[in-house]
Amino acid sequence: MDMMSDRIADRVKQMKGSGIREFFDIAQRMEDAISLGVGEPDFVTPWRIREACIFSLEKGYTSYTSNWGLLELREALSDTIYKETGVYYDPEGELLITTGVSEAADLALRAMLNPGDEVILHEPSYVSYNPCTVFAGGTTVCVATGVEDEFKVRAEQIEEKITERTKALILSYPNNPTGATLSRKELEEIADVANEHDLLVISDEVYGKLTYEGTHTCFASLNGMKEKTILLNGFSKAYAMTGWRLGYAAGNKEIIEAMMKIHQYVMMCAPITAQMAAIEALRCEDEVERMVSEYNRRRRVMVDGLNSLGLSCFEPKGAFYTFPYIENTGLTSAEFAKRLLFEEKVVVIPGSVFGACGEGFVRCAYAVSQYEIKEALERIERFLTGIK
Amino acid sequence: MKEEIKEKQKEVEMLRILEENARLSDAEIARMMGIKEDEVKAIIAELESKKVIRKYKAVINYEKAGIETVQALIDVKVSPERDTGYDSVAERISRFPEVQSVRLVSGEYDLSVLVSGKTMQEVAYFVAEKIAPLEQVRNTLTHFLLKTYKEHGEIYGEEGQGKRLAVTL
Repeated sequence: MDMMSDRIADRVKQMKGSGIREFFDIAQRMEDAISLGVGEPDFVTPWRIREACIFSLEKGYTSYTSNWGLLELREALSDTIYKETGVYYDPEGELLITTGVSEAADLALRAMLNPGDEVILHEPSYVSYNPCTVFAGGTTVCVATGVEDEFKVRAEQIEEKITERTKALILSYPNNPTGATLSRKELEEIADVANEHDLLVISDEVYGKLTYEGTHTCFASLNGMKEKTILLNGFSKAYAMTGWRLGYAAGNKEIIEAMMKIHQYVMMCAPITAQMAAIEALRCEDEVERMVSEYNRRRRVMVDGLNSLGLSCFEPKGAFYTFPYIENTGLTSAEFAKRLLFEEKVVVIPGSVFGACGEGFVRCAYAVSQYEIKEALERIERFLTGIK
Repeated sequence: MKEEIKEKQKEVEMLRILEENARLSDAEIARMMGIKEDEVKAIIAELESKKVIRKYKAVINYEKAGIETVQALIDVKVSPERDTGYDSVAERISRFPEVQSVRLVSGEYDLSVLVSGKTMQEVAYFVAEKIAPLEQVRNTLTHFLLKTYKEHGEIYGEEGQGKRLAVTL
């Protein structure tokens, strides 16, 4: 018999794994490790939301829902988005409830890409955009952002990468892994480029509510952008609902319809229990505010702490990540992460995981308790003294 | 005016932080709030002098500590007095060290009084000897506390929490 690997599709085989899987496994098994490697809140989903879900189960809500998601949820979501951004999406046709934002991103790319189409992506960025683009038959064209620009992608950098094959731009701010945000003016400049070159923009705003300085601007709210934007968002980060797997896409009727076509065949619908919980989540803004203020306190402590250890760290204004510069330790980001794990049992993520330009940095999440931040900083200090 | 709002926000933020953990140092609070340590000291001094902050104390689970205490909630029906209403009797009851809290409440009874003692007998005698005989007190109803589930926002039971993965991207 042939090797099984010969039977695996080329595009899957050629896709690099995360490269640090082994590191993940060691970190996972290590006792007493403090993990700043998390990409999710340490808060449990607020009780009101959990309780609403339990109630829905007691009432017997266990069936499929409409492929689009529960109308009640879409209506509530439409109201919320309108209130927060001023953009109105018709709950019937312009909103699709998905199984996490990850699914929504995949659907958007698959709905729009023909083989060879190019997608512009700023890096460092979340790890799944590139694979999803490639699996959908497209090609990713990367724009490297740097600490000198506080990891903001500039409109002219995007413009330089545009070719006749460019179909879309992925925007992901507040950014994972850097915590960078873009101001309204910076977004407007990007909107001008999108307008001029007729680009679709996939705007992943899942960290939007976790903005600590200034206010988050929804890309779709910019002049002329509602029609061109596929707005992706979800419940994972702001409502501490990662494991519920619930997200949504909002945009032009035709593209949302095309995404729905894929969604109905591969997913049918998002889980009803999560949808019932999400309806309650939209009424829990106080809880969100409470969590956001706590993240903000931790952010200040973490940034201050890292800087005072000599790991210079630009001020992240969103999400729950810091992205300190570690190159002056003489280690690569992977070496730094590995040694820190083995010597002091602190988990951080090498910046290189998020794109080549992330080398020289590590991602430290502050979605951990104040106590853990304090302890982690002490351990990092010991580690740094050890390698000097 | 804007400055005033900002100051107010700082106060509220600081109170929230202290309510969660009053043992933080001024330096730690300063780092959390992104302000100078001196400013933290000044705001706290102000809050203390205005008696907004009454005192700093621990929330103790006495059952876990193995210290036996008995607490009872006493519903007290009172005849209010001319001029002072409920205040003079409420203040009078408040002065007993056995009394942990005194609140004026709406409904069938007027005052809700929390009393603690070493034994049920001690608490019962205290109510019978010190509260019930007061001239303005018309009636009392004693509820002994059997188990505390939540106190000052703290859930006493061990809340199970799923373990997060050490690494997620």
